[in-house]
Amino acid sequence: MFDQLDQIFVTLKHLVMGFVPAAWQPLVSALIAIVLILVVFPTLFALVTVIERKGLGRMQNRYGPNRVGIPFTKIRLCGFGQFIPDGIKSLTKEDIVPRAADKVVHFLAPVVMMVPVMLAYAVLPFGKNMSITDYDAGLLFFFAVGGAVELSVFMAGWSSRNKYSLLGAMRAIAQMVSYEIPLILSAVTVVMVVGSLNLNAIIAHQNHYTFGIAHWHVFTPWGLVGFILFFIASLAESNRTPFDLPEAESEIIAGYFTEYSGFKFALFFLGEYLGMFAIIGLGITLFLGGWTSPVSFLTWIPSYVWFFTKLMAIVFVFIWIRATLPRLRMDQLMNFTWKFMLPLALINILVAGIWHYMAADWQRWLVCSAIIFGAYAILGRGLMQNQNFGKRIYRYAE
Amino acid sequence: MLGEQIIKGMAVTARNFFGSYVSKNRLTTVQYPEERLVPKANTRQFPMLVFDGDAEKGLRCVACTICEKECPPKCIYIVKSKDKKPDYKGQPQLYPAVFDIDVSVCMSCQICVEVCPFESIKMNTEFELATDDRFEGLLLHKNELAKSNEYYHKLHPDDAKESDAVLTAEKSRAEAKAKTAAEAKAKAAATAPAAK
Repeated sequence: MFDQLDQIFVTLKHLVMGFVPAAWQPLVSALIAIVLILVVFPTLFALVTVIERKGLGRMQNRYGPNRVGIPFTKIRLCGFGQFIPDGIKSLTKEDIVPRAADKVVHFLAPVVMMVPVMLAYAVLPFGKNMSITDYDAGLLFFFAVGGAVELSVFMAGWSSRNKYSLLGAMRAIAQMVSYEIPLILSAVTVVMVVGSLNLNAIIAHQNHYTFGIAHWHVFTPWGLVGFILFFIASLAESNRTPFDLPEAESEIIAGYFTEYSGFKFALFFLGEYLGMFAIIGLGITLFLGGWTSPVSFLTWIPSYVWFFTKLMAIVFVFIWIRATLPRLRMDQLMNFTWKFMLPLALINILVAGIWHYMAADWQRWLVCSAIIFGAYAILGRGLMQNQNFGKRIYRYAE
Repeated sequence: MLGEQIIKGMAVTARNFFGSYVSKNRLTTVQYPEERLVPKANTRQFPMLVFDGDAEKGLRCVACTICEKECPPKCIYIVKSKDKKPDYKGQPQLYPAVFDIDVSVCMSCQICVEVCPFESIKMNTEFELATDDRFEGLLLHKNELAKSNEYYHKLHPDDAKESDAVLTAEKSRAEAKAKTAAEAKAKAAATAPAAK
């Protein structure tokens, strides 16, 4: 019975497919998948905006939005209807295009933003037998389309003909290119151990249990470090605090989308959150066992429930971090990735190799943990040194 | 060690997050239309006219127009009456036929209250004056401005007592004066026939 519940969406799709002539089946199948993604993830985005505002409020000892519930009734639902007026507001606002802007590129940038973000969902497994394409190079595909987001960011910054936009775009490019390296290097460890780029194969590798506990990659030394590196890099990739320099509203207004309003602004906002969900989904797939259960006695819970629970848990940590940490400075940002994360990611690759070739007993745990801990301590000390800059000297302003 | 302070900071925000659900004391926000803070003793918004007893006859204002002249942003408009009516001392006085205050102009400076010699104009604490008509809706007329002395006592008890004391002192002085005047008149009346 639980198996049927787990596979309910797959069975439903097969039922629908039964009514479609064979020649049309691939097209209809793709359409169903596209529509489902276009419904589920924007809805999740709408809910997350409310959760984020409420969570930030609670972390600052405020209530957050708690008024708007179901329209035209007195039901408040703790303010979870807030996204409806928010959406109406942003969709009905005037769409202003600056006179000096490059109008075609200015129009295309938010659209170009949405395309790679949506494509990334094509390879993510949302549940058992629930990935849209079972693509052998899925991980590579994900990073390849993820790399295209930078293009749209720079299109937006360049075409706006605005100094703040351009500054934001330049910051975004520098940040995204720098953080993509530790992001991919931390994912490489998983590929090394599993021996496949297929995301379903990666999950299958984690989907077995010893003493009732799953073999998630995060429960190994290299996996833990890989996950933390991946997590930090995905924070930076999705432009979240403390890496929100590209949009730093206290410095450069809104960064690359300063000159966007109305629907286009909403598209950027949506694209940013969908990109965040996609990269969290990948992180879950690589290190947190995807749709598998952490303990064997909870395997009866449907796989998609596990996936979305993990997704929301990590989104909550993202919000928690946003409420806690202030924004980094540009040099701190670059120091952190090039002097700390990149070396640690490289050492982690070495550790994954050692883990793979050592015998599976307590010795490899000891050796791998020792290497990682030593590297962390030394690199961390190096990062924290030379923090006393002394009096700042303005060479040109005085 | 790198990251220690981050974990400490995260612990602080986590404590805030869960604490805000447990203890109401952490939340400083007041859910305004349903719950309100008690206004401070010296709260003031816009002026009102105090009356004793009847709203029309008991109005303390005698249309002296001192407040109109003193008002810095010139938001008060008064038209004196043609006839006279007795005030609280029984003296015949003018009264304002028209008394308007434009609260969109008023800056709540309280100068009208300071200069009023008749303890008539006082500050109200009513602040929910939002209206969809920004010209007529924000121009308060005499009947809207008139508030009873009991209402004033409720808003500012100490100030109201003080102004009551001033008025009773005035009244008793006026009565004493009238008495002495009457006595003098009676004496004069008594002595006059004798002189005849």
